[in-house]
Amino acid sequence: MSLLIYAESAEGKFKKVAFELASYAKKVAESLGTTVTAVTINASDVSELSKYGVDKVLKVTNDKLAAFNAKAYADTIKQAAQKEGAKVIVLSSTTDSIYLAPLVAVGLEAGYTSNVVGLPLSTSPFQVKRNAFSNKAFNTTEISTEVKVLGLAKNSYGLVESDSSLSTEDFSPSLNDTDFNVKVESVEKVTGKVTIADAEVVVSGGRGLKGPENWGMVEELATVLGAATACSKPVSDLGWRPHSEHVGQTGKPVATNLYIAIGISGAIQHIAGISSSKVKVVINSDPEAPFFKVADYGVVGDAFEIVPKLTQKLKEFKAQNS
Amino acid sequence: MKILVCISHVPDTTSKINFVNNDSEFDTNGVQFVINPNDEFGLTRAVWFQEQQGATVTVVNVGGPDTEPTLRKALAIGANEAIRVNANPTDGFFVAKQLAEVVKQGQYDLIICGKESLDYNGGMVPGMIAGLLGYNFVNACIDIKVDASNAKAIREIDGGKETISALLPLIIGGQKGLVEEKDLRIPNMRGIMTARTKVLTVLEPVGAALNTKAVKFEKPAAKSAVKLVSADNLDELVSLLHNEAKVI
Repeated sequence: MSLLIYAESAEGKFKKVAFELASYAKKVAESLGTTVTAVTINASDVSELSKYGVDKVLKVTNDKLAAFNAKAYADTIKQAAQKEGAKVIVLSSTTDSIYLAPLVAVGLEAGYTSNVVGLPLSTSPFQVKRNAFSNKAFNTTEISTEVKVLGLAKNSYGLVESDSSLSTEDFSPSLNDTDFNVKVESVEKVTGKVTIADAEVVVSGGRGLKGPENWGMVEELATVLGAATACSKPVSDLGWRPHSEHVGQTGKPVATNLYIAIGISGAIQHIAGISSSKVKVVINSDPEAPFFKVADYGVVGDAFEIVPKLTQKLKEFKAQNS
Repeated sequence: MKILVCISHVPDTTSKINFVNNDSEFDTNGVQFVINPNDEFGLTRAVWFQEQQGATVTVVNVGGPDTEPTLRKALAIGANEAIRVNANPTDGFFVAKQLAEVVKQGQYDLIICGKESLDYNGGMVPGMIAGLLGYNFVNACIDIKVDASNAKAIREIDGGKETISALLPLIIGGQKGLVEEKDLRIPNMRGIMTARTKVLTVLEPVGAALNTKAVKFEKPAAKSAVKLVSADNLDELVSLLHNEAKVI
């Protein structure tokens, strides 16, 4: 009967979203009068989950699952849900979980709702609020199936500690060869750099920076803040920055704590993509730039003067506060 | 190779979003509809397969007669034929169920969907078709090559990319990268004229459980005015970010 989460890990260590998911699930489980079970795949130490209210872990250790495989992972989660008799399964919004969620839902004949941004508005009928229209609106969705799959939007709940006494059970799902028909041949991962997906702060540059040669100061500011770098659509279309950095409606969504936009005027599509970020700072020479209408803090002026100065000020601040 | 491209008919990305009927429905008044951008990247890639590898390209949409101009546009861009499943796309599962039926009937080798539509952002239709049919599936796909019955795809992952191999039939959830922005095609007059005579088949929907229902929409609360900080006083910005916003 318990509520199930898939607590994601990378190289054996939990991702931060695993704890956010656990925090959220704990609260939902309370309102349903049940407990939280987490299924983990090749995580080494699962005890950390007890800090965020997880009551039980189904621990899967299997070399065949060393590389992510959507079908095999979805099968594992499905079997864990069936074993626990889970009626609600909560997944995160990482690229991997978004990939496997519909497979889990179909496998369990469950109604699935993605981009969920808060606790259920009601549990009978089961209604949740979610982002829709590329963050330009919210949508209340009712799930009428007995088993429900929720995809929690990134950074929408936060971490809430709540101690629990954790029991751990080894779990071996039965996997078919057909689960591995889609094969990963190679993985290219940027190392030593904060990615947009993991970042708590994103520093983003637009056409106002005049050319790719001027990104040094964006990177310096990002380094001081431990931030990922990003860019607007025109910048990626012009080839100044890679596509993987393009944020906005047709690029990557950004839901960070702090988003700093430099020389980005704020087209409606760009704003849509970053609007889930909590605090937005805009630096732009044009006081009429539409971005100022949606920003929390703004500085009007020449980015080429402001950004290096701000980097310096932040360096001093970090030195004093570390 | 037979390719099916699944297309969503969505409001143009610059549209103002409003709701009617007690905030239960999207207000289509004055809204320009387009091919969902993620689907358009996929369609353009499919037309490339048609031109380079002799593939045939069918486009399909689940929607009412008002969505036909969007299908005609896809035909003008180069698809060979179109199918419209005559139903209101109530939720992702319903749409996936219709499309799975079309895939089964047409025996397609490669099914290209966008990874998500820009209206409901469900991001579930391609995966659900794969789940329903037991087909191979690659999501967030940024490149696809096919050699006989072998496909090689690249998938975007958090902080990088992954090269994947799979046999056809294969379903992909595509996005920018399948082709670049500059590769997108604006239909020319000849394309538009020939699109008029291409086959557009209308199919009636198959039954599907109603798993979820959108009951209400709302717009985010208006934001309070921006706090402007002078370019000569960046200490204040640092202090606001630390003490007020608490983000550094």
